[in-house]
Order: sequence, then structure tokens, then C-alpha cells
Amino acid sequence: MTLLLQILLVAVVAIPVAGAAVVALMPASRDRGARVVATVFAAAGLVAALVLVLWPYLRGVGGDPTLGPWAEIDAAWVPALGVDFHLGVDGLSAPLVVLTALLTLLCCAYTVWKVPAGGSGRTLAGLLLILEAGILGTFLALDLVLFFVFFEVVLLPMYAVIAGWGGPDRRRAARKFVLYTLFGSVLLLLGVFTVVVAAGTGDMLALAGGFGLSHTTQYVAFALFAVAFAVKAPLWPLHSWLPDAHTEAPTVGSVILAGVLLKMGTYGLIRVGVGVAPEGAVWASPVLGILAVAAILVGSLVCLRQTELKRLIAYSSVSHMGFVLLGIATHTVTGLQAALIGNIAHGVITGLLFFLAGAIKDRTHTGALADLGGLRETAPRLAGLLGFAAIASLGLPGLAGFWGEAFAVVAAVERGGALWTTLAVLAALGGALTAVYFLRLLRRVTHGPASPAVTGVPAISRPEWWAWSPLVLLALAVGLVPALALTGTLDPLAALTGALR
Amino acid sequence: MTQAVNHVALLPLYAAAGTAILILLADLFLGRFQLAAGLLGAAGTAVCALVPRDTGTFCTGDLCSWVVTSRAALLTLVFAALTAGVLALSAPVLRQGYAPPGEYPFLLACSMAGGVVVAYAGDLITLIVGLETLTLPLYVLVGLRRGRSLLAGASAAVTFFLISVISTAVALLGAALLYAATGALHLTALHDATGQFAALGTAGAALLVVGFAFKVAAVPLHAWAPATYDGAPVPVAAYLSTASKLGGVLALAAVVQRLDTGPVVAVLAVLTMTVGNLVALRQERMVRLLAWSSVAQAGYILAPLAAAGVEAALAYAIFFVLLEFVAFAAVAALRGPGADGGALLAYRGAGRRNPWVGAALVLALAGLAGLPPGLAGLFAKVTIVESLIAAGWGWLAGVVALNAVIALAYYVRVAALLYTVPQSPGISVLDPALLPARARVPLALTTTLLVGAVVAVLAGFAPQSIFDTLAG
Repeated sequence: MTLLLQILLVAVVAIPVAGAAVVALMPASRDRGARVVATVFAAAGLVAALVLVLWPYLRGVGGDPTLGPWAEIDAAWVPALGVDFHLGVDGLSAPLVVLTALLTLLCCAYTVWKVPAGGSGRTLAGLLLILEAGILGTFLALDLVLFFVFFEVVLLPMYAVIAGWGGPDRRRAARKFVLYTLFGSVLLLLGVFTVVVAAGTGDMLALAGGFGLSHTTQYVAFALFAVAFAVKAPLWPLHSWLPDAHTEAPTVGSVILAGVLLKMGTYGLIRVGVGVAPEGAVWASPVLGILAVAAILVGSLVCLRQTELKRLIAYSSVSHMGFVLLGIATHTVTGLQAALIGNIAHGVITGLLFFLAGAIKDRTHTGALADLGGLRETAPRLAGLLGFAAIASLGLPGLAGFWGEAFAVVAAVERGGALWTTLAVLAALGGALTAVYFLRLLRRVTHGPASPAVTGVPAISRPEWWAWSPLVLLALAVGLVPALALTGTLDPLAALTGALR
Repeated sequence: MTQAVNHVALLPLYAAAGTAILILLADLFLGRFQLAAGLLGAAGTAVCALVPRDTGTFCTGDLCSWVVTSRAALLTLVFAALTAGVLALSAPVLRQGYAPPGEYPFLLACSMAGGVVVAYAGDLITLIVGLETLTLPLYVLVGLRRGRSLLAGASAAVTFFLISVISTAVALLGAALLYAATGALHLTALHDATGQFAALGTAGAALLVVGFAFKVAAVPLHAWAPATYDGAPVPVAAYLSTASKLGGVLALAAVVQRLDTGPVVAVLAVLTMTVGNLVALRQERMVRLLAWSSVAQAGYILAPLAAAGVEAALAYAIFFVLLEFVAFAAVAALRGPGADGGALLAYRGAGRRNPWVGAALVLALAGLAGLPPGLAGLFAKVTIVESLIAAGWGWLAGVVALNAVIALAYYVRVAALLYTVPQSPGISVLDPALLPARARVPLALTTTLLVGAVVAVLAGFAPQSIFDTLAG
């Protein structure tokens, strides 16, 4: 059984790579065929990921999901650098693994239907698969250096997606993205080796809880990790690459970027930052908390003044990721759970929002809010879906967005003290602002008389329904049954934070 | 006094020198097959390097001037492979008469013999002689081009020659001072001078480092490199920035291992990588950009040498020459025989016309930037940072890391340019015949590029074998 699980674990990462290779080798004339092949591989990847993640539940026995990774593979790769090929899946990574596989499948399927201008669709589909492999590897890696290797894998493919298929100002935006994120990842490299050299191992399971590293090492390592992941997440004031990248990226690029790529930052902060350097995390938590709340407020305030649809959604990501980071900063189990579910919710909802924004921009050829008035009159279904996604995003109870934001605030209150209470109040205020700007967005876009741009827009096509409905259902499901994303997280989180209590 | 010579240990050198003679004979008597002779000889040299032997020769006591180790064998293999690769890259150049078909491979083979000597050298004099043998034929190769841009080639050759002679003189002076201060010439016996000769020994060590730093084009001793690379034929530039640089790195590694040269090397490393990267940002010509990037790469190699991390430096150097070779091979394939590297703008859309060559160039550039898809460059960067942090040189690791970010800016610019759609002025061109034609890449180039790219990818997946060989 373990062998089967190990094969499955490798397959989850290997299937997308194999898919990309097959797509690259197909003749250029079979462009559509190549995109279909990519979708088939993405679907196979999703099946593998689902079986892997649901294994403990399918089997009933054979591994208690609340105890550490239930599937694990560990083989020496480069002993000279201390790199082990060590993958594993536990409650922290499982929901993100499924989300990644799902979003990639939806994006590949979307690419079969529609290729953005700029390059061949087959290359785009291949890049999406490479991205998937890198992101999944990051979530599954249990070796610090391996984590870093996968973290770097996604840099250039994402650059290529933005620079190749993006909007008019794509080159600058893509360059900004890649330089910013490389800056983050070299800091990660420094942090990883600060830890590996001091501890003599890169095994994240062994390192979880501090491994008896000295205070100084933990402080230095956490500072490096925090900045590295703050660039990726992104945390204000290191967020400025994000709005440009999102505005210029093609729809599928935005979906992957917002849906799962940003999660590498927050997941890394929990797994690597808090896990490996817990004392450093406690030491830095006030700074992180203040920055997170600043991100919430700045993101919301900027959103209030945005006039462009995709840019507004991008800035709302800054604000949402602020809630996630606030949860992490509280360094309590509640806060970390809020961060995990916030991650998933943001991935689902913002993925959907970017799909919708892309669809609107493709139909009306404008993203300016002022030109989009009256969408409800001409495309009631599209406007309705946008309304659903916006309301989910602003955190209406019963939908996915609620849990992460509410419990981040609760965790900050639980933490107690003047500072954290103030932060909680400010974050709650930011939550209210989120409602304000999303309602403003809806008022501007869907209500009012139909503007010339929105007259005669085509209805939602069947492929679009296929791509969007899983996200709609997930937003509902996670909202109603948050345990979907949280089962099996309690013990790993307690292990991460418990070392200090 | 007579000395027993272990001819078996010298086999790689015999094979390398024999290659040169074979080419000469083929040219003299057959008038053709010079290239085949060169490839055959390079393969023979590689095979001779792999014959396992564990003794040196020219020994006095325990100290040998010709030291046989697995590291030396690996490096000989690399020199032979680079020579064979550059020969194959030059095939179209030779066939179309841009360079004399006999002298050109002969000189490359001579240079390879020098590389073999550097790899096995056990004392400073052998090392310097080997290094000179490695570079001497290159002065001629840089200028050796019939037809156009004669002047650029000649001026590049003269610049290179003058700089090189001066650097050799400086290195020799350093060796002499060191010998006067410590009485040691063998690399394993080198040590810092003490007592009244301490200052003399330090000066000698510093001069040695400076002399060798010329060879790797370390800032501030780098000015020759961009002009020389750009003036030389593309295959020769490839050889200059791979084999010739590797020789310099080996020489430096031999010296810094035993002598206290950390501060000098650290300053050189920081200057080299920073200046190289900043200047590369502003380059508009392909080969000049690669030249400045290779200056910066020399800085990354110097950084672990400052902390005496010789194995990390050599591992980085091997990954680097692999990727650099692939980059130059792709440039040669995109440009065609007889052409120089050209302006960056000439590469606009080249990746769309030649997808596989473009992919190879992107693989190489990403690797040089230390990023996947090829893991070779990534592990190279990781090796450097790991060795620096392990040695307690965290700040230098930080400088390396920040430089990697600067470097990505220009690598990504070139890579993006390959896929830009060429903008046609005015009316759009509908006739495909009017679009830039898909250049036919000669078979020799395709094969070389493919082999180079495959080796680079494989080395990325199994870097441990390289580390093992270097350590063993």
C-alpha cells in the first residue's frame, strides 16, 4: 500500500511534467489537439491528486489523517548539498494540492475553448502544466532545499505566460513580476541554507518546532523567510508587482496566479517560517501583524478608488491576503486555521472573479468600470455570477470568504493585549471596507442603464459554464462545510505552534 | 640525476598533443579530414583521461608535478568535450572558407593540450606553462578570420595578447616571490610565509591571484574580455569563455586553497559580479552581453574561492561552462557561419522561427541566471550559496543572491526578445515569403547543440556524480 501511495505521490508531480513534454513534442499544426491532450493530462493529475488526498477516507484505515503525512517518499538526491527527494502530503497541504490540480484543469479546459492573443495555445497549455508541477511540488515538498527548487520552478513559466499572452503593457508587468519574485526567492535560498547549515538537515518534519536552533539562527532565518514569502504572498509594502501582473496577465494566468501561486507564499510562511523558526515567528509576530492589517486597510482603500475591473480584483487580493497573514501572525491554532481556509477560499473565489473579469473584458473590450454599467440588463447571468463571486469575496456568512476573515479577527482578539485588540478592530474595519468596495463594484458594473459597451454581449457559453461551475460549487461548499478544508489540520498545526507552549 | 617517467600517467597529454600532430598530418598529406582528426583526437584524450590510474609522475619525494586524480580526469574530460564541441561548431565556418581548415583545428588542439596540463599540474611552474599553452593558440585564433571585419579581429587579438602577456608576467613574478619566501613550488606544499619573509610571501600570493584573475577576466582586470569575445568568431568566443576561463579558475583554485588570499579574492569577487552584471544590463550586442555576463559569472566562481570552497567553485565552473557552451552554440546556430554575434535586435522573433534552437538558448540563459527549467544552473547557484553560508561568509552569499536578481533582468530581456513578434513598419506583410526565412541550421551545429543541451539537462538531474568526482 505504501508503495502505491508513493507512486501516486510522484505521479501527482510527474503527470503534468509528462503532459508538458508530450504537448511540446506534438506538431505545431495540431494546436487544438495539443490543448486537448494537455487537458487530459491535467484531468489525470486531478484524479491522482484526489485519490492521494482522499486516501485515508477511502481506506478508512491505513493512516489517520490527523497524524502527520499519510503518504511520504524520501530518497537521497544530491547528498553533497543535503537535498533529499522528500515529498509527503498531510492536512496542511492536501486542500491546496486539490485546488491546484482543479484550477489547472479548469484553465487548460478554458484554453481549449479560447486562446488569448499573443502565442500558440499549445505552448500556453504546456506552460500551465509546468506551473502546476512546480506549485504542487512546493506544496508537497518536505525537504527545505527541494521546497526551494520547486519554488523557483514556477518563476519563468509564469513570466512567459504574462509576457507572451498578456495585455498591452505585458512586458513591463512581467519583468516586474519576475524580478520581484526572484528577489523573494533568493532570500528564501539564503534562509534555507542558514537553517540547513545550522541544523545539518533539511527534513521539514524533523525541523518542525525549531530543532533546537539557536535564537539568533531562528531570528535571522525567520526574517529571511518572512520577507521572501511576503513578496510572494504578497504583503504590503512588497505587493506592488501584483496589480500590474494581474492587470496584464491573460485570464488563465490571473486565475493561476491569484488562485494558487500566491498561496505558495502563505503556505511557505506557515510550513517553513512558523514551522522551522517558531521562536523567530513569535519574535516577529507584532511586526507581521501590523503589516498585515496595513495591507488589509491599504488594499481596501485603494480598491475604493480603482476604475479598472482586474486592477480592483488584484488589489482586493492584497487585502484578502492581509487577512491570511494576520491569521498567521497571531501564531495561534485558530489563526493558522483561519489562514488555511482563507487561502482556499481566496483561491476559489478570486479564481472565479478573474474568470468572470476576463469574460467581461473579452466581450466588451474594456475593463473600465465607468463603461460597464448596466451589465445586468444585457447579460443577466454573467452579472449574477459576478454578484455571487463579489458577495462571496466580501465575506458573507455561508460562503467561503467568511471563515478566513472572521476567524483571523477572532484569533487576533484571542491573542489579547492592546496591540492585538487594536489590530483586530482595524482588521474588522477593513472587512467592512471590503463590503463597501465590492458593493460599489456591483453598483457600477451591473446596475444602471446599459452602456454602449455592454449592449449585445454574447451569453455565457457552455465551456465557460464548465469552467466556472466547480468554483461556484466549491465557494458554496467550503462556506457551508468549512471542515472540508480544515480536516486534519489541527494536529500538524499544533505540532508547528505547540513547541512553544 | 635521472627521473623515472610514468608514461601511463601522461597518456592524456600525449593524446592531446597527438591530436594536434594528427591534424597537422591530415592537413599536410590529405588536405581534408582535419576536423575529423580533431574530433577523433579529442575523443581519444577523453578516453585516456578515463583510464584509471592513481599515481603521478615527475615526483621528488611525496611531491609530484603531475598529479593524477579523479578531479583532473573529470576536468580533462571537460576540456576534451569543449574542444570537440567548438570544433563541431566551427565546421560550417571551415567548410565555407572563413578560416583556414588546417591551422584552426590544430591551434584548438594545442590549446586543449594546455588545458590537460592545467588539469594535472602539480606545481606552479607546470601550471603557468599549461595556462600559457592553453591561451597562446587563442591569440592567433581570435584574429584568424578571412574576409570581413578583419580589423576588429586583429585589434581583438592584439588586445588579448598584450593583456595576457602582462598577466603571465605578473603571475610568474608572484610565483617567484612566493618561492623566494617559502621555498615551495608544489601546489600541495604551498603555505603562507612566516617571519621576515611574511610580507614577501603575501605580495607573491597577491600577485599570483591578480595574474590568474586576468585569465578569468575578473574586475578590474576584465577590460579585454568583451572586446576580444566580440571580435572573435563565435565558436572561438565560445572556447574563450568556457575552456580558457576554466583554466584560469583551476589555476586560481590551486593557489587559494593553501594561501591566505581570502580578502583579495573576496574583493575581486564582489567587484566582478556587480560590475559585470550592471554593465551587461546596458549591452546591445549579443556576444558583448554574453561576455559581460561571463565576467559576472566569474565573480560567482571567485566568491567561494574567497572562502576556500574549492569544490563548490569547481562544481559551479563545470555547470557554468556547460551552459555557456550551449548558449554560444545556440547563438552560432541562429547566426549562421561567418557572421558575428550581431546586435540583440537581430534576434527578434528568432525563437519563433527556430523553436528548438530558441528553446536551447532559453534553457542556457535560464541556467546562467540560476533558474529552472534546466536544474544545472539552479544547483550551481545553490552550491555557491551553501558553501558560502557553511563557511560563515553569509554576507558574500547575500551579495551573490542580490546579483542573481540583477542578472535575471538582462537574461530575461534576451529570452523575451527571442519570442517578440517582429513589428513590420507600415502595411502588414501577408506574404510569408517576405517574412524572415526560417534559417537552415547545419547538421553539425544541430547535433552539437542537442548533445550540449542534453548533457546540461542530465547534469542538472544528477549533480551528485559531479560532486563525487570532484571530491574523490
